[in-house]
Order: sequence, then structure tokens, then C-alpha cells
Amino acid sequence: MESAFVIETIIKILVVLGLFSALAGFATYVERKVLAFMQRRLGPMHVGPWGLLQVLADGIKLFTKEDFIPQGANRIIFMIAPVITAASAFIAMAAIPMFPEFTIGGYTVRPIISDINVGLLFVLGVMAIGLYGPLLAGMASGNKWSLLGAARTAVQFLSYEVVTGLSVLAPVMIVGSLSLIDFNNYQAGGISNWLVWKQPVAFILFLIAGFAETNRTPFDLLEHEAEVISGYATEYSGMRWGMFFIGEYANMFTIGFLASLIFLGGFNDLGFIPGAIAILLKVFFFIFLFIWARASWPHIRPDQLMWLCWKVLMPIAVINVVITGIVMMF
Amino acid sequence: MNGLEQFKDRNVSQNYYRVKIEPYPKTPWERFKRVVRRSLRLELFVGLKITLMEMLRFKIHTIQYPKEKLPISPRYRAVHKLLRLLESGNERCIGCGLCEKICISNCIRIDTRPDENGRKIPTEYTINFGRCIFCGYCAEVCPELAIVHGQDYEHASEQRAQFALKEDMLTPLDKLKEQKEYPGFGAPTPAADKLIKKTPLAY
Repeated sequence: MESAFVIETIIKILVVLGLFSALAGFATYVERKVLAFMQRRLGPMHVGPWGLLQVLADGIKLFTKEDFIPQGANRIIFMIAPVITAASAFIAMAAIPMFPEFTIGGYTVRPIISDINVGLLFVLGVMAIGLYGPLLAGMASGNKWSLLGAARTAVQFLSYEVVTGLSVLAPVMIVGSLSLIDFNNYQAGGISNWLVWKQPVAFILFLIAGFAETNRTPFDLLEHEAEVISGYATEYSGMRWGMFFIGEYANMFTIGFLASLIFLGGFNDLGFIPGAIAILLKVFFFIFLFIWARASWPHIRPDQLMWLCWKVLMPIAVINVVITGIVMMF
Repeated sequence: MNGLEQFKDRNVSQNYYRVKIEPYPKTPWERFKRVVRRSLRLELFVGLKITLMEMLRFKIHTIQYPKEKLPISPRYRAVHKLLRLLESGNERCIGCGLCEKICISNCIRIDTRPDENGRKIPTEYTINFGRCIFCGYCAEVCPELAIVHGQDYEHASEQRAQFALKEDMLTPLDKLKEQKEYPGFGAPTPAADKLIKKTPLAY
């Protein structure tokens, strides 16, 4: 029994690592295509049918590029920083239940690597560690653009983290558990049981904070090329830069899964749609939303982000928590 | 007004559109009201709607260049062509040497000899495309419309000085049917009438 558990966990880890690395690559393709269509372009077309093999070509390019470390950089931190981003993005997935339970040959598989009772806290905490990657990378690069990027990372980190925690607090109060499986089971039985109807404000706040957490466009201060070249990633090339990239896209999937599990009913069956497909649809909607917002909206200044998070979103989140508490009391 | 009269009318009213700029908020209360107004009017979703509609409409403007090409104007001065007479297939060039003479970058060379009928024909006709500036004087001066500018604008090469020999430019005998008549240097584009616009000057 014990060895079966170990083998099962190792297989799950390998599947999550492989699948989400591949999905992160595929998401870059989807992003380039959707952005292109929204701007009346075609996007990548030459490698493979409709440019489908572009992901492979990019991967080969990233792997074979020179791994360059600038002279003035702090070598050790410079080399470790991308690993922090990529690793924390994948570690965060350990506590996320991706799909409903299923059986293979009489053996029940629970598609979650580790069902800890503080799952939500663990995921948010590890995702927050991920921002140490850009922070350390920018400070270790020995480049002024990178340093500005690192400073912006600190600004962003200080701003959104409060909103994330407070916005999730209200659903946690309602469900009474931090385990994401409990969240999922609470919303079983149709669309009307989804938490988004009870907590619409928390849902919007969580989405906004999610955009900030994944450095997506309205809040992509860290690497906005018009202002700070590439921010913290200015000095990075090859696979080290690729690890930042994979981390960002893996974080997008994590936020997509989190938002689906907490607010949109998770992997419960949706009418005639089985639960596994239902959650995939929800996650891909969120991925599309990330890309869609990138095509539509300009990004904001660091001071505007702080203004938004501290003066607007945090009071709303606190009021939301208080009102939820009062309603639950009576 | 009809015909050319409408183009002589200089009273062009410029359709300027004045952008409405609301007064900048001065007090914190006004600033707060502006934030609330902008948030509740859901201006962000207008942007989302526009991009989504563009995606669904799917009117792609990309030209995939090596596979697709835009049509170019007949007046475009690309790599030269030597034409033949349409009925007999004889070369049009009479070896007068005007093009060689007028070429301002001195890149055309002709060698001629009289043929059996006593008519002068070119034995060699070369243009050094490393020096040619594609000014079009040769095509303009040619009395027989023999040397013209073609439509082939892709003449990047590995050599700095790329020579075009007579065989490269001359219409092959079996392709005589496909030879397009050059309308003459300075010829208007086919839809020239539609392209005429009023000069937006009022004086």
C-alpha cells in the first residue's frame, strides 16, 4: 500500500510537470494566434499547418541559445532566480485537484498530488514565493532596467497580495474549509450552487488580483518593454528566460484552476457535460480572458496599481468580508 | 458641377471633428465621482467587445508575402525586359544605342551587327544591376518600346554587381503569347480616374 502510494504520487508529479510544461508551450501559441486574430493578423503561419509547430521551433531555439551571464551580475543568484519562478509555479499545482476521481483497473486515482487541509493557503503562499524570482533576477542582473523591474516587482507584490488574501477570505468563511476539494464539494449540484452568485464581488477582486499575480497585461509592469526594455528579464537568454516564461504560463493555469474551483463550481458535472471537461472549459475560458484582456486594455503605472489595490480594492474586500460575516451571523 | 469642374472647386470644407474633453476634476470629491462614473459605465468592457468582434468577424489583412503578393502599379520600375514584335517574333531592338547613351549611371552596354537584311540587331545587351538606379530613362527614350521595365521586383542577389544578359531579359519565343504590352513610360494606372482626389487646400 505504501509503495503503491509512492509510485502513484511520482507518476502524478511527472504527469503534472510534463503536461503543464507542454500546455504552457501550447498557451504561447494560442496567445499569439488569438492576439493576432484580434488585431486582424494571422500570427505564426509558416512552421507546420497554421504554424502549429511554432511551439517546437521556439523550444529548440530556447534550448540551443547561448546561456549568457553578464559580467557585473551576481552569478549564483542570477542562475537561481528563474528556477524559483518555474519551481514555485509547479509546486503550487501540488495542492490543486485538477479533475474528479476516476478508476483505472479497480484502482481509484485522485488527481491531486497532495490533499492537504490548507490547500488554498498553500497554493497562494507558493505562488507568492514565485515573485521572488523576478525580484532576485532584477537585483542580481547588474542592469538598471532589471533593477527597475525588480523595484516594480516589489511594488506589485506589496499591492496585490492583500487583495488576494482578503478576497478569498469571504468564500473561505462560507465554506468553512481551506481544502479545495471541500470548495468543490460545497458547490455540487448545478450552476445555481456556484459560489460566484453568493460572492460576486470576491470573484471580481480575485480575478483582478490574479491578473496582478501572473503579471498579465493590465498589470504587466515588471517587463513592459516600452518602459523598462524587458524589466527583470533584460539580461536573460535561452532556457533561463524560458523558465520565467514557463512559470508565468503555469501560473496562468493555476489561477484559472483556482478561480474555477473556488467560484465556478470546480469539477462538478455541469448538466450533460462531465466534470473533467467542465473544469477544462472553465480553465480555458480564463486563459482566453487573460489573452483577451491583453489585446484590449492598456497597462497601468506602478503608482496606479498601488492606488487601485490599496485605496479601492482593499476597502471593498474588507467591506465584503464584514458583510459576509454579518449575513452568516444572522 | 460635373467633369473637371468639381476638381477646380477649392472650397474644401475640412471635416474636422472636435474631441469633447470634460473639465479636469479639481477637488477630491470630483475625482471620486469620476472614478465611480467611469467604473459604472463599464468602459473597459467596450474595449473587450471591440477586440472580440474583430476576432469573430475575422477580416484578416495579412499578406503572406512569399506566397501571396500585392499587385503593383504598371508604372513600377522593376527589372528590365526586352520585348519582341508580337506577329513575327523578331526582336524590337534596332540597336540605335539611345538607351546606352542616356543611361545616367552608365550601366547599359550594347554590341550590334548588321544582319543579312542589312538591319542592325543587338548581339549583346547587358545591364549592370549593381549600378542601375532604375530611373527609367532607357525605357522612356526607347523609340521602339523594346526595353521596358517589368514587374519583377525581387532582385536581391548574393553578388554585389548583378549583370543581366540579353537572354535574361529577352522574351523567350515560346512565351511570346504571354508578353504584356508596355503602356509606355508615364502611362496612367488603370484606375487612375478613381484615384483622383481634391487637393485639400483652400486659397
